[in-house]
Amino acid sequence: MKQISERLYNGIIKENPTFVLTLGMCPTLAVTTSAMNGLGMGLTTCAVLALSNLFISLLRKVIPDKVRIPAFIVIVASFVTMVQLLLEAYLPALNQSLGIYIPLIVVNCIILGRAESYAYHNPPIPSLFDGLGMGLGFTGALTILGIFREFIGSGTFFGNRVFPEEYGVTIFVLAPGAFFVLAALVAVQNYIKAKMEAKGKDTSKIGSGCGMNCMGCPEAKGCSKAEKKAEPEEKAEEKPEIITEAESKAKAEEKAEVKAENKKSEEPKPEVNEEAKAEPVEEAKDESEAESKEDTKEEKKPSSSNSQSINKKKNKGKRRK
Amino acid sequence: MSLPKVSSNPHIRSAATTQLIMLTVILALMPAFGYGIYNFGIRALFVCIVCVASTVLSEVVFALITKKKIRVDDLSAVVTGLLLALNLPVSIPLWQAALGSVFAIIVVKELFGGLGKNFMNPALGARCFLLISFPVAMTNFDTDCYTGATPLALLKAGEAVNVKNMILGSIPGTIGETSMIAILIGAVIMLLCGVIDLKIPASYILTFLVFMILFGGHGFDPAFLAAHLAGGGLMLGAFFMATDYVTRPTSAKGQIIFGIFLGILTGLFRVFGPSAEGVSYAIIFGNCLVPLIDKFTVPVPFGINPSEFRKGGKN
Repeated sequence: MKQISERLYNGIIKENPTFVLTLGMCPTLAVTTSAMNGLGMGLTTCAVLALSNLFISLLRKVIPDKVRIPAFIVIVASFVTMVQLLLEAYLPALNQSLGIYIPLIVVNCIILGRAESYAYHNPPIPSLFDGLGMGLGFTGALTILGIFREFIGSGTFFGNRVFPEEYGVTIFVLAPGAFFVLAALVAVQNYIKAKMEAKGKDTSKIGSGCGMNCMGCPEAKGCSKAEKKAEPEEKAEEKPEIITEAESKAKAEEKAEVKAENKKSEEPKPEVNEEAKAEPVEEAKDESEAESKEDTKEEKKPSSSNSQSINKKKNKGKRRK
Repeated sequence: MSLPKVSSNPHIRSAATTQLIMLTVILALMPAFGYGIYNFGIRALFVCIVCVASTVLSEVVFALITKKKIRVDDLSAVVTGLLLALNLPVSIPLWQAALGSVFAIIVVKELFGGLGKNFMNPALGARCFLLISFPVAMTNFDTDCYTGATPLALLKAGEAVNVKNMILGSIPGTIGETSMIAILIGAVIMLLCGVIDLKIPASYILTFLVFMILFGGHGFDPAFLAAHLAGGGLMLGAFFMATDYVTRPTSAKGQIIFGIFLGILTGLFRVFGPSAEGVSYAIIFGNCLVPLIDKFTVPVPFGINPSEFRKGGKN
């Protein structure tokens, strides 16, 4: 139960896919021309995300490691097709206005990201709620974006007129307006976080635009945290992580071999069952660790390349001098 | 014997301050501004006052909110407001003019760090913002004195235009763009004071002319070319907007590349685009490419072998 609520909190607040991870920007910017569109797109994605997470997690022992991405795509595409047919049948207007972005959910990086980083390594129930949490976080973000853009751009709130249309600033319904609103919302979020830090609250548990990813961060130069904190940790942690990755791969291969041997000896069923029973317990213990490791992995790699590029720049400067 | 006092460079200082340069630009804008009022009536003055007041006010408010030094006295906000007003049709609702001014200062200029750090000309950024947001109001050039399409729209439709009126300025259009003569007087003032030089305007206008001769569909037809030069915002853009210190390339070579690029873009927009005018989009597009142009046109420092320098630069 605690894990379920943790997963939901993680998806909606801590690692909100739009505001914190800034994933899935294409539908975020393109579709949120109105609050209704944002809500519709968010809920559609949420449904696909939760179901695909669940099924990928159920099939994680069956899917071979080498072809996991095609396997994920097949699963996700099946759900997207179902959802699209349902939309066409019951909500044709929404289907019309979302257009190409419904089929494009197949390649939504949030869905593939959750499948790869969570569902493929975790039991079904937490995976389902991870998908739900992420999906609801995405829905919330898209709806808020849609509300602002619709209100400023055409003076309506979920289609109800608030002020006359001639006072609407049309640019907010068009693509540039999406950037304006998203930037403003991220700025507000960072402002709140800075205020909380100033008051001495521990904000490390709450995600922010920072995430220690200095490469994508325009503030990296003047940032007090980025260089000091990230670099020593990165050097200390990077190597062990790579080793653990390699080790885990080796282990997986060993398991596969063991499985194959078992199959040869014609005792497949009891073995598989034992594995299935044994593993969730192990994983439940390691889950939080594994997850945090994965997060840092994802974040550290870009920043290391960033430091390299900084070094290159420095060299360049020296030559010129 | 005491050591000579040496300050850090630059050792030779010019008397020009930001304030003085901006004052020159404002002076140079006066002919176009005056002609705009003469041409379109007293409402043109109101639009200008609203724009200038909004830009100055929003700069003050932003400085107060962010607890920074108020730097209105450098007059850059006044220039932005005036330039924006000269780029608006006289019939624009005043609240839209004010909104555009706030956008120019807050979003285009201050959010990127204030004067000197904006990557796009604030007045043009705001004009494009208004053009996208209020396409009807921004292209409605009907006034008490004029009805009908602008000369450029007529040209695009293949109709004849009165070139003499276009050069004098008694045509529909935005407040400040109609009179080629008034703008050229301002340009001469700026050239004589050394505020701008001819690199960007000349390369811009020449490239545009060549483009029009090649692709305009009329060949070398002086009346057609003169109409395209005098019509729309080309003169105002070439002399007052493209030469903005902050958003132009720094090196001489870069400035000429910038001018050529703007000429080609303006020609493309006017000939092949759906709208009759394209100067403002061309310039803000060019503004976005300035960092790239700067990167490839770093001047070779004095006393260094150019080939050696380029080798070092390429790595």
